[in-house]
Amino acid sequence: MNLLLLILVPLLTATAILLMRNASQVKWVALTGATAQLILAFVLFFAFRKEQAAGNPLQMLFQQQYNWFPSWHISFHLGVDGISVAMILLTAFVVIAGVLVSWNVARMTKEFYFLLILLSLGAYGFFISLDLFVLFFFLEIAVIPKYLLIGIWGNGKKEYSANKLALMLMGGSALVLVGLLGVYFSTPEHTFDLLKLSDIQIPPEVQKICFPLLFVGFGVFTAIFPLHTWVPDGHSSAPTAGSMFLAGISMKLGGYGCLRVAVFLMPQGAKEYSTIIIVLSTIAILYGAFATMMQKDLKYMNAYSSVSHCGFVLLGIGMLTKVSMTGAVMQMVSHGLMTALFFAVIGMIYERTHTRQVNEMGGLLKVMPFIITILFIVGLCSLGLPGLSGFVAEMTVFMGSWQHPDPLHRIATIAACLSIVVTAVYILRAIGQTAMGPIKAGYENLSDATWNEKLAAIILVIGIVAIGTAPFWLNDLVSPASQLILEKIQLVQ
Amino acid sequence: MPNLTYIALIPLLPLAGFLLLGIFGRNYFKTTSGIIGTTLLLIATVLAIYTAYGYFFEYGKVAGVYQKLVPLHYTWLEFSKGVSIDMGIILDPISVMMLVVVTFVSLMVHIYSLVYMKGEERFPTYYAFLGLFTFSMLGLVVSSNIFQMYIFWELVGVSSFLLIGYYYDRPSAVAACKKAFIVTRFADAGFLIGILILSFYSGTLDFNTLIQKLTSPDSVELKNAVAASFLGVSALTWGLVLVFIGGAGKSAMFPLHIWLPDAMEGPTPVSALIHAATMVVAGVFLVARLFPVFAISAPEALNLVGYVGAISALIAAVIACTQTDIKRVLAYSTMSQIGFMMFALGVSGHGGENGLGYTASMFHLFTHAMFKALLFLGAGSVIHFIHSNEMKDMGGLRKYLPITHITFLIACLAIAGVPPFAGFFSKEEILLAAYQHNSIIYYVALFTSGLTAFYMFRLYFSIFWNKKADIHGEHHGEGGFALLMPLILLAVGAAAAGFIPFGNFVSSDGTKLESAFHLQFSILPVAIGLIGIFTAMWLYKKKNDKPDKIAASLSGLYKAAYRKFYIDELYTFITKKILFNLIGRPAAWFDKNIVDGLVNATGKATQTISEKIKGMQSGKVQQYAIYFLIGVIALAVLFIYVWK
Repeated sequence: MNLLLLILVPLLTATAILLMRNASQVKWVALTGATAQLILAFVLFFAFRKEQAAGNPLQMLFQQQYNWFPSWHISFHLGVDGISVAMILLTAFVVIAGVLVSWNVARMTKEFYFLLILLSLGAYGFFISLDLFVLFFFLEIAVIPKYLLIGIWGNGKKEYSANKLALMLMGGSALVLVGLLGVYFSTPEHTFDLLKLSDIQIPPEVQKICFPLLFVGFGVFTAIFPLHTWVPDGHSSAPTAGSMFLAGISMKLGGYGCLRVAVFLMPQGAKEYSTIIIVLSTIAILYGAFATMMQKDLKYMNAYSSVSHCGFVLLGIGMLTKVSMTGAVMQMVSHGLMTALFFAVIGMIYERTHTRQVNEMGGLLKVMPFIITILFIVGLCSLGLPGLSGFVAEMTVFMGSWQHPDPLHRIATIAACLSIVVTAVYILRAIGQTAMGPIKAGYENLSDATWNEKLAAIILVIGIVAIGTAPFWLNDLVSPASQLILEKIQLVQ
Repeated sequence: MPNLTYIALIPLLPLAGFLLLGIFGRNYFKTTSGIIGTTLLLIATVLAIYTAYGYFFEYGKVAGVYQKLVPLHYTWLEFSKGVSIDMGIILDPISVMMLVVVTFVSLMVHIYSLVYMKGEERFPTYYAFLGLFTFSMLGLVVSSNIFQMYIFWELVGVSSFLLIGYYYDRPSAVAACKKAFIVTRFADAGFLIGILILSFYSGTLDFNTLIQKLTSPDSVELKNAVAASFLGVSALTWGLVLVFIGGAGKSAMFPLHIWLPDAMEGPTPVSALIHAATMVVAGVFLVARLFPVFAISAPEALNLVGYVGAISALIAAVIACTQTDIKRVLAYSTMSQIGFMMFALGVSGHGGENGLGYTASMFHLFTHAMFKALLFLGAGSVIHFIHSNEMKDMGGLRKYLPITHITFLIACLAIAGVPPFAGFFSKEEILLAAYQHNSIIYYVALFTSGLTAFYMFRLYFSIFWNKKADIHGEHHGEGGFALLMPLILLAVGAAAAGFIPFGNFVSSDGTKLESAFHLQFSILPVAIGLIGIFTAMWLYKKKNDKPDKIAASLSGLYKAAYRKFYIDELYTFITKKILFNLIGRPAAWFDKNIVDGLVNATGKATQTISEKIKGMQSGKVQQYAIYFLIGVIALAVLFIYVWK
């Protein structure tokens, strides 16, 4: 299958949106475009599985290469492995759900949808790039729309949050850029090509400097401790779809970058710094969970819990085993779907109650059974209930992490296991206060979800349940790719 | 072996009920959902009994030993070669027995609820949740893989949460369901870490392989697991103890029992199903499933099981004597009886005559399911009639509720261990096993059986005799056939189940266990039981002030027991003061002020610096000339002094 389609479809959608006359046309064009993305993602998934079943030995499938800046050895090199396919599927799910829940955005609808689609374009480009320069280019495309989405359509202290988010992510990108240039100039070929670089041994002294630059740079995106503080403010100020894209897609760019660029190209650096990664991610998991427990605003709560959950991604990567890295990717997909859904539900509740403070709500199950049922499902997914995606991902990370018998890895794994108790505490507190108990006065006549909200929620629930009840398809997709990364690591002494 | 794939239908039928009623119930099956759920479960029950018959009498036994059959087995999530989460079905005496117990009790509860829950607004949801629970519990008992069991373990936990919180608009129900979930979740974290340890050393998650690798004396895996140690205790023991913590949480063993009494906030039939007969015995089942490993390779861990069981049995019985809410009395009684099952496993050995405790424990699990479900359903019938849970509102109800009265009496006699009712036989075996292996536990158990008889008959006399309750206004009678039929069927079980020669079917190693009946041995326990019953009769049959006087004379102990030995307060202290105030609040504060403060400070600093230096770009040529001059001088100084 032609990977260029993944860039062309959002591009065409975005262009078409600009040409539309009124808001209703814009919405339908965006929805059509998002549906096309979803279909495309599935076509890619099945095409990939077919190749995999046929025993295609190439690491990256469906490769294409076009010259871009030949003098600098930059080429438009595309290709996917199982990890990319998983991320592309995730993106397509989040995009269509995001488009659907934004149906009632009244202000500057055209610009809003344009930015959403542009963001998805950046994400797809990022996930299929095999050239580090192109990858970086798409990373930046994915950052800018977020600034505008929060700054224009956000609420609360939106300017502050937009600035903070953009500056911190730009700071991360700057580190990434420096790291990439370091890699570029360290090799005699002067190449940005991922596959070529992976064949060359990057000198250990370069890895020592560039690995932390790249890892931390990408890590900022995925809320590495202590550079996670853009997450709570950014998410809570963003409009619903903005939060969904931020948590569901943007944060995953970081995890993907850590794995694909930092660990894959610099296994020696990864080994050297794995202790620090493990310590930081364990802190993020527990500290994030405890901080979540004290939040009273639903969006802050979910944002802090994202810090905790993304800690599992970094923990899985830092553990450097095949199973733990597979678990990290699963956690990315699972967390993406789950958090997007969580923010969608919070948005639906907020639109009706006009508050996000848990203590101002109560008994909402009575008036909005559908929305609250979804809240239960997503809450249970977040606390790792079997049958939903969170469980599968977390358990895979635990199983992978436990393969190291030394005390550090053991303590980190046990601490991560114990976080599931804290997660249960904050999720049940939130659900108990919002959904259960006697209904608060003034909320008796609230309405339940509309068709677009229902559709968005159902799409994401399908994703969550599909992973939760039949994890083998995701495992089969991802684990060969993590096996290849592991082999690179094993080559290092 | 015949084709046994149909067994998958037993758990899948209730699951189908859950999905059907959960998704469409509100709109399409508002009134018929009860019938749909019950019908599906009836089919499952028939299949379970058919399976049990086939297993025990036709194909289960090979050369005098019951086999562990695995008729179904799918790889669900493969981690590495040999280590995978599989979804499978294991058939062995305990799983087959549990299939029957779970489907039968669940069916009784389904039928009972047709009347009991009629007219509830969320009637379809109730049946959907019952289906989810039954599915999860059946999945748990047939698990062939330890991780599969963990999965269903969590699912029964969440079904229990949903059903306790069924009356979601009552703050007490919300608090209770959260408490139940969080306490058991804490224990489950132990289970999870235990699984990680066991799988790390045995290199598998499959029960049969795991047991085989960790019990055969010459296996490398066992040697490694015993050799590795932490704090002077072997890794294997740690693993098993952690797994047992999971079991203790779900089975409400001391000190993780605090959720069970509060769980009585759920509808009464739910208490009968989940918090009496099935889910709460999951911990016992888990220890029984891993029993060979406990008994052969880690006797220290098994000892711990024994003592925890005995302590729980005693403490719960003492508390039960003081409670006034009839459901809470039954909840503590459940905890106490599960304690009996636990310590029976704890005092048991593996194989042959030594395995008496194992058989006794499973036997008691079986009989207890009958009489305790009956007690709860009977209590439900009483509550349905009198609209109160408090003993003080009851009395003299034998005239109004004759069938409830008789069946309740049978259950009380059974739990008190009066021959020839079911509890007598199973408790006798437990006491015999304890007598043979551990005399401390034996005496604790003996004393506890006396207390059991006392508090059960205190309950019985307070409800059905004593003063006459204040009955005025409209009171419907005993409810219909659907309400009474489960009571009668369970009463038959409670009366007669003891005559099943249990040792023929269930034993620690699959062989036949001849449990000889020792008349001289059973005299003492029966006598103690009768003393308990007559004391209760003396105190509670007629209204008098003796109970209050005794309570007053034992004021310290009575009050402590009435307040459940202040364990709840201790937990509140730990969660509120330590978890929230000492960890959560500082973490949130630290994040907002220190970590984020640093980020903001960096932003501020950048702003200030650029504010300061922006004056340098003034556009004035003279100023630039001065900078230029300073630069030249600085470079000159550098060249002359530094690089010299």
